[in-house]
Amino acid sequence: MSFSWGRVGAIFRKELRDYRRNRFVILTMAFFPLLFVILPTIQLLLVNASTSSAKLDSHIGLSLLYMLMIPAMVPSVLAAYCVVGEREQGTLEPVLITPIHREEFLVGKALAVLVPTLGIAYLVFGIFLGVAAIFAQPGAASAVFEGSHLLVQLLFTPLLAGWSIWAGIAISARSADVRAAQQLGVLASLPPLVIVALMSFNVIVPTLGLVLGLAGALLLVDALGWRAVAAMFDRERLITGTRS
Amino acid sequence: MGDDAAMPRRAPSRPGHDVMRSLRSAGAFRQHLEITPEPATQVAGGADPVTDTPPLDGPEGKPALVVEHLTKRFGDRVAFDDVSFEVGYGEVFGFLGPNGAGKTTTVRTLGTLIAPSSGSAIVAGIPVTAKNGPAIRARISLMPESPGLYLRLTVAENLKCFAGLYQLADARYRIDRALQAVNLTDRANDLCGSLSKGLRQRVALARALLNDPAVLFLDEPTSGLDPVATREVHDLIASLRERGVTIFLTTHRLEEAERLCHRVAILNTTLRVVGRPAELREQLFTRYLEVRVRAALGDPGRVFNGLPDVDSWAQEPSGPYRLAVSDPDAAAPAVARALVNAGADILSIAESRHSLEDVYLKLVDEDVEAKRR
Repeated sequence: MSFSWGRVGAIFRKELRDYRRNRFVILTMAFFPLLFVILPTIQLLLVNASTSSAKLDSHIGLSLLYMLMIPAMVPSVLAAYCVVGEREQGTLEPVLITPIHREEFLVGKALAVLVPTLGIAYLVFGIFLGVAAIFAQPGAASAVFEGSHLLVQLLFTPLLAGWSIWAGIAISARSADVRAAQQLGVLASLPPLVIVALMSFNVIVPTLGLVLGLAGALLLVDALGWRAVAAMFDRERLITGTRS
Repeated sequence: MGDDAAMPRRAPSRPGHDVMRSLRSAGAFRQHLEITPEPATQVAGGADPVTDTPPLDGPEGKPALVVEHLTKRFGDRVAFDDVSFEVGYGEVFGFLGPNGAGKTTTVRTLGTLIAPSSGSAIVAGIPVTAKNGPAIRARISLMPESPGLYLRLTVAENLKCFAGLYQLADARYRIDRALQAVNLTDRANDLCGSLSKGLRQRVALARALLNDPAVLFLDEPTSGLDPVATREVHDLIASLRERGVTIFLTTHRLEEAERLCHRVAILNTTLRVVGRPAELREQLFTRYLEVRVRAALGDPGRVFNGLPDVDSWAQEPSGPYRLAVSDPDAAAPAVARALVNAGADILSIAESRHSLEDVYLKLVDEDVEAKRR
C-alpha cells in the first residue's frame, strides 16, 4: 500500500475540525498573533522624524522579529500537542490500527498546523504592512517595505514554521505529558530565530545571497527534521511506551 | 453442526461483506429494519448462549487467524509466551485471562501495532510482518477497551475521519449503515463528548464496522459499562455472530464469554486451554448427577454400586447424593430405575454443571499455586 493523500486529508480535516472547537488552540492562535501585531505596531509608531538611523533600524528590526515569532511559536505549541495529546485522549490506538502509514499521519498532522499558521502569520504581516503604509513615518514605512526585509519575512515564515512543527512533533512523540511537551516545543522553536534576529537588526546584513543561502540551509534542516521524526515515530513505543 | 438458524453457514466476512445489514435485523435494532428479517434469530432481551461451533476454514481453506508459538517480551518481562491457536471464519473466539495475562498485547500484536518477539501469525490470510502491516490493518478492526473517540467532534465527523483513513469509496453510505447498525442515526450530529459511556462504546463499535472487517477484535468491549449498556453491546455482538462475522473477544467477564463465544481460550501468560466451554468443563471436571430423594436411602451402596456409567458416589452433608458419572444422559435413567426399585421417592435427578467461571478459576488457581511452589 502506497502513500495516500486521501489518508493525509482525513487527518488534516479531522485536526482542523478539532482545532475549531478547542478553546486552547483558539486562544493560542489568537493570543500570539495579537501580541505580535500590537508590539511591532507600537515599535513602528514610536519612530518619529527625529529618530536616528541606528534607532530606526533597531525599531524596524524588532518589529520584524516580532512578526517571525508567530510562525516560530504558534506551531510549536500545536505540534507538541498533536501526538501526546492523542495518547492522553486514547485516540491514538484506533487511528494507528487503520492502514495509515506513519508518514501519512505525520504529514497530515504537520499540514494541519502549517496551513493555519501560515494563514495567520501572513495575515498579521499584511496588517502590519497596512499600518506601516498608513500610519508610520515615511522613513519607517520605507524601511519596512525594504525588499530584503520583505524577503526575509516571506521566506522564513514557512521555514521557521517547518522547524517548529518537526521539533514539536518529535518532542510530542517522545513525551508522556502534554504540558511538558509544549514547554519543550516552544524552547526548541527558538534557535533559528537567532539568525533571523541578527538579520532583522542588521548585525548580519541581509543581502539577497545570504538570505537565500540561509533559507536553503533552513530548508535542509527542515527536511532532515522530517526524516528524523518519521524515523522516531514507532507505533509500538507510542502504544506501549516501550521500544520495539 | 447443529442449529442452522443459530449459526448460519455463510461466506466469511471480508471487506465488502455487508456486516451492518445484519445488525439492523437483530433484536433491539429491528425498528430500523428495511431489509428481510433473518430466519429465527433471536437476540432481543439478551444474547442466546452459543451452542454450536462454526467451521474453521473459510472458502480459501484457511482459518481467519493462525497463531503459532507466538511470544512477546518487553525486555525481561514476558507479556505472553508460546501461544498457538486458530480461529475460523465466522467464529466468535473468547480470549479470557486475568489482568496482565497478555490479552491486550496479543490483540495488539495480531493487529500489527506491536512486533512479536518470536513465533508467527497469519491474520485474514496475511502473515504478520512489518511490511504487511497496512494490508492487515485494512482487513481488520479493533475496538479498544476505551472508545478513543474525538470528543470535540460529532459522531458523524468521527466516522468520516475513519472512513477517510480506510479510503472507503462509499463513505457516506457506510457511515449511515454503521449508525443504523448501532441505533445512533439520530445522534449523528451530537458531539461525542456529550454522549454517555455506553453510547460512546456504540460509536466505537460503529467505527469498527465501517470497513466490514474480516476479523473484528473487541478488547474488553463492556468494561465499565452499566448492565443496560452491557446488554446492548452483547446484543450487537450476538447479532454480528448470527451473521458469521469473525470476532476475537478479549474479556474477563466469564458470563459474557459463555454467552457469546463459540470457543474460548484461557491465557495466563501462556495459553492454558482452548475449546468450547462445554468441552473445557468436561476436560477439567468430573461430571456429576445430583440425586435428591424424600428420605435417606437405607443402603445407598446397594442402589448405586454397579450401575452403568456410575463411577462412584457420596452423600453430601445436606442430604443429596452426588454420583460421579462418565455420561450423565446414559446414567440418569438407570439411576432412576434403581431408586424406584429400592422404593425411594425421587425429588430430582439433575446434572451438576460447572460454569466457565469454575473452569477459569480452577486454571488460574492452579497457576497461583504453581507460582507459590
